[in-house]
Amino acid sequence: MTVITPGAFEIRTSPHIKASVTTDAIMRNVVYALMPVCAFAVWAFGLSALALICATTAATVLTEHLVCKVSGRPTTVGDFSAVITGLLLALTLPPGLPLWMGFAGGVIAILLGKALFGGLGFNTFNPALVARAFLQAAFPVSLTTWIPAFVDGRFTRFIPTSLTIPFLSPETKAEALTNYLAQAAIDGWSGATPLSLIKFEHKTTAAIDLFTGMIPGSTGETCAIFILLGGAYLVARGMMNWRITAAMLGSAYLFSWLFYLTDNTNPTPAFMLFSGGLMLGAVFMATDMVASPTTPLGVWIYGALMGFLTILIRVKGGLPEGVMYAILLGNAVSPHIENLTQPRVFGTKRVKKAAK
Amino acid sequence: MSILTRFGLDKTFSHGVHPPEYKSLTEHRPIRRLPFADEMIIPLSQHTGAPARPIVREGQEVVRSEPIAEPGGFVSVPMHAPATGRITRIALARDVRGGMSPALFLQLYPGEGQEILYGAPVDVDGMSNPEIVKAVQRTGVVGLGGAAFPTHVKLAVPEGKTIDTVIVNGCECEPYLTTDHRLMVEHPEDVYEGIRVVQRAYQAARVVVGIENNKPDAVDAMRLAKPDGEPIEVESIETKYPQGAEKMLIKSLLDREVPSGGLPMDVGAAVFNVATLAQIGELLPMQRGLIERVITVTGPAVGNPGNYLVALGTPIRFILEQCRYRGEDASVVILGGPMMGVTVPSLDIPITKGVTSILVLDKAEVQKRNRTEYSCIRCGSCLDACPMHLNPSRLGQLARKREFDTMANAFNLMDCFECGSCSYVCPSNIPLVQRFRVAKSIIRERKAAS
Repeated sequence: MTVITPGAFEIRTSPHIKASVTTDAIMRNVVYALMPVCAFAVWAFGLSALALICATTAATVLTEHLVCKVSGRPTTVGDFSAVITGLLLALTLPPGLPLWMGFAGGVIAILLGKALFGGLGFNTFNPALVARAFLQAAFPVSLTTWIPAFVDGRFTRFIPTSLTIPFLSPETKAEALTNYLAQAAIDGWSGATPLSLIKFEHKTTAAIDLFTGMIPGSTGETCAIFILLGGAYLVARGMMNWRITAAMLGSAYLFSWLFYLTDNTNPTPAFMLFSGGLMLGAVFMATDMVASPTTPLGVWIYGALMGFLTILIRVKGGLPEGVMYAILLGNAVSPHIENLTQPRVFGTKRVKKAAK
Repeated sequence: MSILTRFGLDKTFSHGVHPPEYKSLTEHRPIRRLPFADEMIIPLSQHTGAPARPIVREGQEVVRSEPIAEPGGFVSVPMHAPATGRITRIALARDVRGGMSPALFLQLYPGEGQEILYGAPVDVDGMSNPEIVKAVQRTGVVGLGGAAFPTHVKLAVPEGKTIDTVIVNGCECEPYLTTDHRLMVEHPEDVYEGIRVVQRAYQAARVVVGIENNKPDAVDAMRLAKPDGEPIEVESIETKYPQGAEKMLIKSLLDREVPSGGLPMDVGAAVFNVATLAQIGELLPMQRGLIERVITVTGPAVGNPGNYLVALGTPIRFILEQCRYRGEDASVVILGGPMMGVTVPSLDIPITKGVTSILVLDKAEVQKRNRTEYSCIRCGSCLDACPMHLNPSRLGQLARKREFDTMANAFNLMDCFECGSCSYVCPSNIPLVQRFRVAKSIIRERKAAS
C-alpha cells in the first residue's frame, strides 16, 4: 500500500484534456505544404526564385521579430505565421522581381498587413496580399515583367532584374535581360502570361501546360499539381477549410462557364481554373483562417464570392488577373458575412442576427 | 457490430468532438467491491437542492442502510448510513469546492458484518404516480451520471405535461469512464427493473435505451435481458462527445430539439442514466436507501485501475491507496470525467452520490493544458465542435471585453451547458468554456440583483 504524502494538487476547471492540434502546429504544417510549391518554383525559375523566396521570408520574419521587440512583447516568430506570409508573398510575385522589392514587400506585409491590426489573429486582410497590392501599385512595371520558365542556366545565374540596386527600378530593355531571355530558346518571347495572352491577344494555352506549370507566371502560381497536393495534405490533417477552396473554385468554374456561354471568345472554364493565381489563391490565400468567416454557411458564401469576383475582374476588368483583389475584397466583407450567417442555436427557431 | 455502425451511420447529433477514449484501461474489469474505510464522511448536501437534515445525534449508533438524515424539502433526498458504526461528529468537512460544509462523521465498528437489515418489500405494480415519487424519494436516489439531481422530482410531472418517451442514457461519453458500461454488462436486469418503475410512473408509451457504439457488449447484454413484449428499444448510437448530454441524446434518438431554456419534458421526453435506474431497480422494491455506488478509478497514475463498488462517504485517499495510486506521478485528481469533472483540493474528500469516477492524470497529460495561449486564429474549430451550435470564438472575444449582456442576448450564452468541447479543440489553447463559466455566473448574479 502506498502511503500518500500530502502534495500540491493543481486546482483548475474542466476540460482537463486537450486535442493535440495547436496553432503553431497548424502554421508549421502550412509551411510544409508550401514546400513542394516552392521547390517547383525554384526548379522552374532557378536561382532568382530561390533568392526571392529567401528575401521575402527573411523580411517578414525579421520584421515580426523587430515589431515584437519594439512593442516589448515576447517574439512571436515561433508561431511560424510570419514564415507563411513570407513564402506566400514570394510565390505571388514575378520570379524576376528585384530582390529589394521583395524584401520591402515582406516588411510591408508584416507592418501594414499584420502588426498594424494587432498581430496574428487580428489581421483583417491576408498580409501577403496586402504587400502584393502595395507592390503592384508602387512598381507596376516590375510586377508585370514575366520571365519564361525553364530557361537554360537558371541555376547558375540570376535573372538580371533580380539584382537591381535597392531603390532603383530595373531596366527591362537592358542588354543583360535580352541575353538572359535568349537562353530561353523561345522564339518571339512576348513576356506575357497565359492570362494576358488570352485577354489581349486572344491566344489560348494548352490545358496540360497550365496544369503542370510549363508556363510563365508568378513564382509559385504556375503548377496546379503541387498546389493541390499541398492543399490535400492540409485538408487530410484537418488544418485547412476545404469548403472555402471548393466554393471559390466551384463558383469560378460556374461563372466562367456562364461567360463562356454568352460569348465563346471568353476563356473556357478549365482555362480559367488552372491559369493565373486562382489555384494558389483558392488553396493557400483565401483559406487564411484569420481573414475568413468562421460560420459554416459563411465560408461557402465567402468562397463563392471570391470565385465570382476573380472571374468578373478577369473577364470584364482592365486587368488580366483578378485573384488578388477578389481575395482582398472577400477579406473585407468577411466580418459582415460572418454576422449575417450566425448559426441557428440548438433549440431556437429563428436565426438571430448578430448585434454588433 | 451492426452494419450501420461499420459505416458510421448510427444515429447521432451534429457537431461534437472525438477525444481519445482511454476506456480500455478499465472497460473489461468486472465491478469489484472495495473494503470499508475506518471512518466515513457523509456530507448533508450531495445533491442539487436543499441539504438533508440529520435525524441522528452525535454518539448514536447506526445500522447500515438506516436513514440518518431526512430530506430538507421536496427537492431534496434523505441520507442512509453507508455502514454500521457510530456517528462521532456532526461537523464541517472539506468539500470538493474547497470550502467547508456540514457532514456526518461515521466511525465503523471493526469486524462488523455490515449486512443490510433495513428494508421491506413493496409491490411496485400497485403504486400510483405520487406513491412512486414518494417511494423513489425515500430511496435517496439522485442522478448518478454526475448531475445529482433528485430523481423523484423528475418523476413528478407538472400539470399539462406528458412524458411519452423515457430515454435511458447508457452513452457514458466521457473518456476513461466505464461504470455504466460495466453495469449494463453485469446487471442489465437491475436497469430493466428501474425502467419498469419509471415507465410506470409516467405511463410512458415508449422506452429507448441509447448506448454508444464503442460498447457492443453492453448493447448485446441489454438486448438479451430485454423483457419480452415491452415497448423498449435498445439503440447503438455514434460514439461522440457529448452524446450523453440530455439534449444531444434526445436529438440523436428522437430527433426532437429541447427548446432553448427548456427541459426535456417540453418535448415529451425524460432522460435517466443507467446507473440511476439500476439503483432504483435494486433499492425501490425492497424500500432500501442508496448507500453505495460504482465508480471507475483510473488514469495513468493509478496502478490498479478498475470499476469499484464503494460505500458513499469513503474518502478518496482510502480508495486511491487501495488502487495502488502512484502519488509521485500524479498532478491532478479529478472527480468525474476529464471533460467535465472537477479537480479536488484534498484527498480527504468523500465519495458522494454524484461522483462517477476518480481520475488521476499524470504530469504529461497536464502539461498539454499549460501550452502557450495564442490569439484566436479564427479557425472555426470551436463552431464545428459546439453541440449547441453556438459561436464560442465570438463569445470568447466578447468575454475578454466583458460584454456579458451581449453574450447572453445576442449569442445565446445561457444555452451553453459547459461541455468543454470548444476548449478541448481550440488550437490556440484559449480557455473558452472557463471564461463562459465566469460570464454565466456574472450574468446570473446580475439577474438576481436586479
